[in-house]
Amino acid sequence: MEKWSLMTITVLLGLTVRWTVSLGSYSGAGKPPMYGDYEAQRHWQEVTYNLPIRQWYFNTSDNNLLYWGLDYPPLTAYHSFLCAYVAKLINPDWIALHTSQGYESQPHKLFMRATVFVADLLVYIPAVILYCCCLKETSTKKKVSSALCILLYPGLILIDHGHFQYNSVSLGFALWAILCLSYDWDLLGSMAFCLALNYKQMELYHSLPFFCYLLGKCFKKGLKGKGLILLIKIAGTVVVSFAVCWLPFCTDVEQIMQVLRRLFPIDRGLFEDKVANIWCSLSVLIKIKSIVSPQTQLKLSCAVTFLSLLPTCVKLTLEPSLRGFKFALVSCALSFFLFSFQVHEKSILLVSVPVCLIINEIPFMATWFLLVSTFSMLPLLLKDGLLLAYTVTSLAFLSACVTSFSIFEKTSAEDLQLKSFSLSLKGYVSWFKSFPKIVKRLFLLSVTVMGILTLLSATMNPPERLPDLFPLAVSIISCLHFLFFLMYFNIVILWDSKSSKSQKKMS
Amino acid sequence: MLVIQNLNYSSHATIFFQRFSVIFTDILFIYAVRECCRCVNGKRAGKDIMEKPTFILAALLLWNFGLLIVDHIHFQYNGFLFGLMLLSIARLCQKRYLEGALLFAVLLHFKHIYVYVAPAYGIYLLRSYCFTANNADGSVKWRSFSFLHVTLMGLTVCLVSALSLGPFVVLGQLPQVISRLFPFKRGLCHAYWAPNFWALYNAVDKALTVVGLKYNFLDPTKIPKASMTGGLVQEFQHTVLPSVTPLATLICTLVSILPSVFCLWFKPQGPRGFLQCVVLCALSSFMFGWHVHEKAILLAILPLSLLSVQRAKDAGIYLILTTTGHFSLFPLLFTLPELPIKILLMLLFTIYSFSSLKSLFRRERPLLNWLETIYLVQLVPLEIFCEIIFPLTPWKLTLPFVPLLLTSVYCALGITYAWLKLYVSVLTEPIPVRQKAE
Repeated sequence: MEKWSLMTITVLLGLTVRWTVSLGSYSGAGKPPMYGDYEAQRHWQEVTYNLPIRQWYFNTSDNNLLYWGLDYPPLTAYHSFLCAYVAKLINPDWIALHTSQGYESQPHKLFMRATVFVADLLVYIPAVILYCCCLKETSTKKKVSSALCILLYPGLILIDHGHFQYNSVSLGFALWAILCLSYDWDLLGSMAFCLALNYKQMELYHSLPFFCYLLGKCFKKGLKGKGLILLIKIAGTVVVSFAVCWLPFCTDVEQIMQVLRRLFPIDRGLFEDKVANIWCSLSVLIKIKSIVSPQTQLKLSCAVTFLSLLPTCVKLTLEPSLRGFKFALVSCALSFFLFSFQVHEKSILLVSVPVCLIINEIPFMATWFLLVSTFSMLPLLLKDGLLLAYTVTSLAFLSACVTSFSIFEKTSAEDLQLKSFSLSLKGYVSWFKSFPKIVKRLFLLSVTVMGILTLLSATMNPPERLPDLFPLAVSIISCLHFLFFLMYFNIVILWDSKSSKSQKKMS
Repeated sequence: MLVIQNLNYSSHATIFFQRFSVIFTDILFIYAVRECCRCVNGKRAGKDIMEKPTFILAALLLWNFGLLIVDHIHFQYNGFLFGLMLLSIARLCQKRYLEGALLFAVLLHFKHIYVYVAPAYGIYLLRSYCFTANNADGSVKWRSFSFLHVTLMGLTVCLVSALSLGPFVVLGQLPQVISRLFPFKRGLCHAYWAPNFWALYNAVDKALTVVGLKYNFLDPTKIPKASMTGGLVQEFQHTVLPSVTPLATLICTLVSILPSVFCLWFKPQGPRGFLQCVVLCALSSFMFGWHVHEKAILLAILPLSLLSVQRAKDAGIYLILTTTGHFSLFPLLFTLPELPIKILLMLLFTIYSFSSLKSLFRRERPLLNWLETIYLVQLVPLEIFCEIIFPLTPWKLTLPFVPLLLTSVYCALGITYAWLKLYVSVLTEPIPVRQKAE
């Protein structure tokens, strides 16, 4: 079969799964008084349509910031405004000021789902398809199977089309940026990344690799000649795109400060709910939140995050390469997720999407990581009533990965990109020969544990003394996995050198 | 849930249970597909698994759009029944005749719609099981009649019937059961016309009525008020053309089935001929039957999939028949949330079937000629008109059934064409020279 028809079938499959998931329940369905993210998005449509721009981020009599106040950058607000216009055409009740609070109905759900679907179809999916078509040194079959696995990744589908958010827009823009950078269109790439950043501030997780990669590229060209010009051009593009996005807010400084305060709520504490990061897991042993003051918490988390980022960023700046860039995106986002301040469980998607991009290079590890990342959001998905969708999509994703990449045959040190690392260890460790077997067993063990825990949290009631037992167990287990993955990705990045690649080519 | 008074009972648990029962019974279908794939010879095997006929056949059967939506969205247990049917076909192809007959008898007692293909089964079993040998030229050797085989077969069928109908015979309710099974009171066509010959007939009648009224050939007072597409299942009168009685449809069906059955008897071609006959029987009865449901088209589509991966000619017919047949199932799912799903699934299946069959027969001439291509492409504007443009026009209130009428008439054209084409190809096929008598 030809490439285009295979790709079309892949896209159609992805779309079908998305729409089927969207028929299910959403976050906060029928749960007054606060509802959930669905109501938040609807409320932003209401606010942006009915109020002048000056009041969007301010607490006024018409805009109660405690009830789902806007806390995303301007592009999200513009997007809500656009959706509100369409909503107004169909049914003005949906966005009527004040009276529409908590509005729920079948047609409205259909409309909201359709907006996510369209956004996904316009921004994220084309980027994925283009990215997979442009993969170098791969057969058609490999390209199609990467596209299939990326489009079937359950985490993003469940959060966007089930729980209800628009992550595919910001992640899609980030993907476009990566795509442009791989073609050396640095200016377009930085513009796309600015759009992503202005859609969701969480994209800051990706900003360091972008910065280091572009800076390294400028260094490479020589900071006195072409490099400097490139640096100036990039800086100019970034400033201009930010200015355009923030134009309506540039009327006075107080506006900008208020938006920034809404975007970075420092007073909300180290973590909320149950997150699979290090702080939440540590709090089982030490109650960090009560011992340390919020200011120290902030400083502590910043310091740890910075330390964990440092090696990757230095390496990328000194030796900028596209492959290193993709791996750096993964490891930096993962560091942010594990160590930074005020992390949501959904932020793991920022790590997952770069992992999707390297699924054709390290299929085994990528599949494993993507499964764990979906699992780490289990408590959230259970709360939204998405258990069935979670089970089916995860199993489908696993089987798609197993059949299209035959991942179980790719567990040797070389397939995991650990060749040079194992060479440097050879003198000290003798167990390296049975490495593939150990890795495979670990994978099976982890999948079993995840399966059992899913089953338990879906069917059993937790003991009365420990009501949060299962969510906590889920986040601790996922956190352990993520620490392991962070180590792995750092090793791959740090031991990756040009000499090892040339060796590969020689052999 | 099982309390009979509890009509229209519905809860999440019930939906889950019912849906899951369909998925569970589909296991039989999957097994049957596997058996069928074994019967298909893999001569054309490419190096890639995606290009093997068996793989394509499995995908065509398991991903069949019609079966998916009718069973898992609309809700019926066809997957299970078609599993039985495919399994019996596979058994016949493997020359395990008794098993095949048993399975088919069971199937008949599950759903009597399969009586449409019974002639093909009967003749084929008689020809290849009851007569154990053929003459050198392919005609039947009358001496080889085997009494043992006939008795065995008769016993099998009678036993199944006795088990199934026995309790009702004892209770003396047989006439009531039969009148429930064959509801001739329900009118020539279903509320939504199945795309068959009678849909065309009705459409011509309607058109003639409108024309007649306009030029005053007809007396408006004599025309019955009831609209044929009024959404009610009832008998109605044609205005210009003569009305059709159940007997007439029965005769039409029998007459249209006969040539294919004769063909099976006089030009035996083994399992291939049998399959062709099954498809023709199903299609003919779909064309002329009384009160046919649009879902009955699956009865022809699924067996034809088996033929389509073996010969380019059949593949062409298959593409026309599946695309139009599946399109005609669209009105089954009419709510807005289901619209994207049906379109996506339909596109998925259609694109897959076209591209896979094209790559399978890439060395032969194109599967479709230009006229057929234009016909199929025009389904797209038709769908856009029916689902998107029409609801926005003022006719939505005055003529709400126009989209259904358009769909069924347009699809009827394609299905009639496919039926004729298949018939012609079967009748004109040369008698193969038999290598040796079995």
